[in-house]
Amino acid sequence: MDLFIQLTVSGLTNGAVYALAALGFVLIYKSSDVINFAQGELLLVGAYVTFFFVAQAGLAWPVGVLLALAVAVVLGVAVERTVLRPLIGEPIISVIMVTIGLASVLRALVTAIWGPVPRSFPAFIPRDEVLILGAVVSADRLWAIALSILMLALFSLFFRLSNEGIAMRAVADDQQAAMSMGISIRRIFALAWSIAAVTATIGGMLLANIIGVGGNIAGLGLRVFPAVILGGLDSIPGAVIGGVVIGLLEAWTGGYIGQGLNQIVPFIVLTLVLMVRPYGLFGQEIIERV
Amino acid sequence: MLVLNNIEVIYNDVILVLKGMSLQVPEGQIVALLGANGAGKSTTLKAISGLLGPEDGEVTDGTIEFQGERIHGLDPAEIVRRGVFQVMEGRRVFEHLTVEENLRAGAYTRRDRGNVPEDIRGVYRLFPRLEERRGQTAGYLSGGEQQMLAIGRALMARPRLMLLDEPSLGLAPLLVQEIFRTIRQINREQGTAILLVEQNARAALRIADYAYVMENGRIVLEGTPQELQENADVREFYLGLTQVGQRKSYREVKHYRRRKRWLS
Ligand SMILES: Nc1ncnc2c1ncn2[C@@H]1O[C@H](COP(=O)(O)OP(=O)(O)O)[C@@H](O)[C@H]1O
Ligand SMILES: [Mg+2]
Repeated sequence: MDLFIQLTVSGLTNGAVYALAALGFVLIYKSSDVINFAQGELLLVGAYVTFFFVAQAGLAWPVGVLLALAVAVVLGVAVERTVLRPLIGEPIISVIMVTIGLASVLRALVTAIWGPVPRSFPAFIPRDEVLILGAVVSADRLWAIALSILMLALFSLFFRLSNEGIAMRAVADDQQAAMSMGISIRRIFALAWSIAAVTATIGGMLLANIIGVGGNIAGLGLRVFPAVILGGLDSIPGAVIGGVVIGLLEAWTGGYIGQGLNQIVPFIVLTLVLMVRPYGLFGQEIIERV
Repeated sequence: MLVLNNIEVIYNDVILVLKGMSLQVPEGQIVALLGANGAGKSTTLKAISGLLGPEDGEVTDGTIEFQGERIHGLDPAEIVRRGVFQVMEGRRVFEHLTVEENLRAGAYTRRDRGNVPEDIRGVYRLFPRLEERRGQTAGYLSGGEQQMLAIGRALMARPRLMLLDEPSLGLAPLLVQEIFRTIRQINREQGTAILLVEQNARAALRIADYAYVMENGRIVLEGTPQELQENADVREFYLGLTQVGQRKSYREVKHYRRRKRWLS
């Protein structure tokens, strides 16, 4: 029972981070049809930038975290300006290839600045041990779960209630019609990338707090692919549920069956689900009126 | 208010679609733009509202002025802010958004946010059916309700000129009447000028102050609705009437159907 609770908490933690990363991924996909292969690297950059402000520059952590989020916003806008805008009118596949290039550039930058060796991360989230139903778990994992849920709730309110959130969903539905409302597509793309970078940075710092900063954060960030494919590429709730399911599956198979298998089992489940539901669990249906 | 002077539009750098198109919409009037399928009516509207970009179209010659200022080449968002709003052909509501979210999307460029809720109520007064369905996903509305939503969404921007592209397309005759009545009501009560593109020439001429007939990328005929209704060609090709005011014989009908399939 203790093992089950520990595995579940650890699975939920990773799952919550995958969900945050997947949210950004889905946002970019929904608004611009671009599959962002640099999503894992956005987590990596976010973690290292937070590391820089909090550990290296020695700022108080609330200040450091806010600055890291500001950098994420700037990064999102910069990607739109320098990478996406020159490609307007080009086939989507070119943009997707460019995100692969962007991933290598970001990874190389991180290695050039901070070196290849993983480092420990000053715990700005408490790591005390707490008891849940008799099982010992680390408090930062619970914080990570709670913070992720809070962020996801805030974003879902943003999409339903704010003008920019509604505009983003409008662009996802029909770009030209959205333009006819006076919605600027470029602004929405920049916003989608900024939100993707912000949620990835939050995910990255939560992970770093638990496992330290290092290249494996990008690897964990790549779990967004099974997560979003499972949930349905264009569904935000699907991304969240997909992320949590993948996180849990990994933790349970790792704990009960064996390390190594936890890398494979999520993909087996994914394949099985796709055989039954090719658009993923929550892929957006195409509305056809009769 | 709106003046198109000799504009030329080219798609994909090679296909010349508008060839010296000119027309005017005076303040507060309803102007109808009639013409067969493929004549270039939708292209004309997109040239005005700046929406040719996504289709790789471009205005290569001529000028478009709104309230004395050139608007061609401006960002579509800026054109909406200046008061020109296009309701695109096929309604194009945001299918996965609710009715109310669609209306809010229409108000995207508004600076006076505080007045938006009152304007939403105004749209509901005009189209009570939309209020009943305010929380519903727009993709599941009927065609008529979607057209009401598309027009209501346009009103949310408080435009001074509304460009309507075939609002009657695919609607049952009773609904067509209702939509046209509402268009006239909007024009009368809010003073919104309207450029109305229609295949349904008869219905359009009934509410228009002035009308143009377009063929092959340019205007071939213009005048008041009376003048056009008296014109022999218009009567034959656009209203389906012969000189004696009766429908043509079957063979002739078949013949004209082949030539002008969009007849009302
Ligand atoms: N995106 C496009 N690319 C190339 N040609 C187009 C495009 N849109 C319209 N056309 C062509 O331009 C002509 C006018 O089209 P359109 O403006 O839609 O006419 P209408 O609205 O009067 O039916 C047609 O011959 C059509 O094939
Ligand atoms: Mg058309």
